[in-house]
Amino acid sequence: MSLLDIKNLHAEAEENEILKGVDLTLEPGQVHAIMGPNGSGKSTLARILAGDESYEITDGQVLYKGEDLLDLAPEDRAREGLFLAFQYPVEIPGVSNVYFLKAALNAIRKHRGLEEMDAVDFLSYVREKMKLVKMDEALLNRPVNEGFSGGEKKRNEIFHMSVLDPMLAVLDETDSGLDIDALKIVADGVNSLRDGKRAFLVITHYQRLLNYIVPDFVHVMVDGRIVRSGGKELALELEEKGYNWLEEASAPGQPVSV
Amino acid sequence: MTTTLETKTGASLLERRLASAIDRISPAGESERLAGLRRAAAARYDSLGVPTTRHEEWRFTNLKPIADTDFAAPSPAKPMDPATIEPYAYSGCTQLVFRNGRLDPELSKVEELPEGVVVESLASARRTRPELLDAYLGNHASFEQHPFVALNTALWQDGPLLLIPRGVIVEKPINLIFLGEPEERPVAFFPRLLIVAEESSQATVLEQYATVGEGAYLTSPVTEVLLHDNAVVDHYKLQRESIEAYHLATFQLWQSRDANFTSHSISWGGAIVRNDVNAVLDGEGGEATLNGLYMVEGTQLVDNHMRVEHAKPHCDSHELFKGILEGRARAVFNGRIYVHEGAQKTDAKQTNRNLLLSDKAVCNSNPQLEIFADDVRCTHGSTVGQLDETAIFYLRSRGIGEVAAKSLLTYAFAADIVTRIRMPAVRAELEEFLFRRLPRGEVVRQAV
Repeated sequence: MSLLDIKNLHAEAEENEILKGVDLTLEPGQVHAIMGPNGSGKSTLARILAGDESYEITDGQVLYKGEDLLDLAPEDRAREGLFLAFQYPVEIPGVSNVYFLKAALNAIRKHRGLEEMDAVDFLSYVREKMKLVKMDEALLNRPVNEGFSGGEKKRNEIFHMSVLDPMLAVLDETDSGLDIDALKIVADGVNSLRDGKRAFLVITHYQRLLNYIVPDFVHVMVDGRIVRSGGKELALELEEKGYNWLEEASAPGQPVSV
Repeated sequence: MTTTLETKTGASLLERRLASAIDRISPAGESERLAGLRRAAAARYDSLGVPTTRHEEWRFTNLKPIADTDFAAPSPAKPMDPATIEPYAYSGCTQLVFRNGRLDPELSKVEELPEGVVVESLASARRTRPELLDAYLGNHASFEQHPFVALNTALWQDGPLLLIPRGVIVEKPINLIFLGEPEERPVAFFPRLLIVAEESSQATVLEQYATVGEGAYLTSPVTEVLLHDNAVVDHYKLQRESIEAYHLATFQLWQSRDANFTSHSISWGGAIVRNDVNAVLDGEGGEATLNGLYMVEGTQLVDNHMRVEHAKPHCDSHELFKGILEGRARAVFNGRIYVHEGAQKTDAKQTNRNLLLSDKAVCNSNPQLEIFADDVRCTHGSTVGQLDETAIFYLRSRGIGEVAAKSLLTYAFAADIVTRIRMPAVRAELEEFLFRRLPRGEVVRQAV
């Protein structure tokens, strides 16, 4: 059974069709990258997978572990092992990063029939995860993302991911705006979680990230559709040629070969 | 002493017939000045009466339920089980308990205080320290335009007198507990508070208003706080009365050169709550911080009417009021900043933010700046909004349920004020309240 199976997904926001028939299948352990120009629908796909209710699904289906994902509330998707690293992580003043994570992890554990973690166990668990993303201990006790730099916010997303231990992680442009050191930290965090079972959907605008997170598959999304799929070498081809040749190929009325 | 208007005249306390009765019902043995003040205030009340919404300052705050109630003066208090006040008592604090406006010495306790510090009831101070009352009481809280300041000035029976002498630091907070104890016939009482911080002195003062029992009543306190040069006062007000209570308060601050006053006014109780907060920065280098948080539901109404007056140059004032409204609750915020001619280098900042958790809740937020100096910085901002959908989604995407996510964000909204509270007992009290009030508060408790 595939971990994630997206079939002919159509979605719109405020009566604008954004996804126009997306098909994508992820098997456990795989890393897929989705690339594409701005406005192609990459982030929309990511947010729909996590349960953003501001989009309307007009057609198609998403199966996660064989079950209808679109039927689940966002929190239930998270509890079932789906994680979205946000493109723009949200600041939550007054809510401490570490206690928030404890509440989130325990909600997930409870859902899975596991015992809640107490403060002591949680703290040693969290310390271990912090090393993965070289998180400053100070950021642990600060309010969630409040006053974090752009790079710190992205690292915090990877930190959340490693603590919540998902089956499927969707990274929405986690690399955008990062300097090379921060990028490496993010990539190291992801790579350390690759274990043959967990799958990743890495959405990026820039090929550079894929030097550090080497994907099994690369897909190109243009105008709400995946117009080309291939191996990691497709990313290099895109780097060289840009997206224009694919955008032309995806124009209405043109046959698309995938 | 239980002399009351009601026992002598049989009329409601709010009837406009005070002037003819005031001499008979005033406490005996007061100074001529205080007696004169009562007479003038009674006459003024008679001409003002309870305001209607046609009055500009009361446009959004309808006092008809109060005007229509037949209020009596409270009966003499019976002894109370000390356990009753435990929820409001904080260890290590000097504590004065006023029940329906009168000191209960049995429930009060004065912790060790530095020499010269006065913590006394005004009812006794008017005999023991008439010169102090003559020097300060009623000098700043004007009753000319405010009927409830007039009523209070005419009818006050008791309240605390705090005097912090020059250079003295009072480390232990002073906890002033005002208990409302409803009676069969609705009662009204008028606590009077006088707080004087002399030069370079420092103190922390908490005013608490709470209810024991059920039923409507009116508390209408007037607090006068005077800070002399370089004095520092950290003030808190916790209004946590029952939802049947009416609370019409005036807080009058006057501060001199280099004085620093901070106040956090928390309000979650009461059917109709009105806080008139008037601050006069009357010496260079002064700083006043007036923050507040209100959280109301059902049909509660809370109205914070601020007037900050910059009378001298180089003073800073900061106001941050945040409100959380549920149900059909209403909130009014009126923020007036008045900068006198010559009060250059004034830095006045005022912010009012409201979170509407229901589409039936209503908020009226109204900043008013009157500036007669040309080298000042005055800013104001006012927002009324709902919880951010993106933030809710963010929290849910981490496994937090929808209800808990909303509560967490509501807590986060309030945290801005919570984290500024320096007195641990007040901060803990507010946190506990939020955990109790917010749905799925146990998740919030775990996450903050």
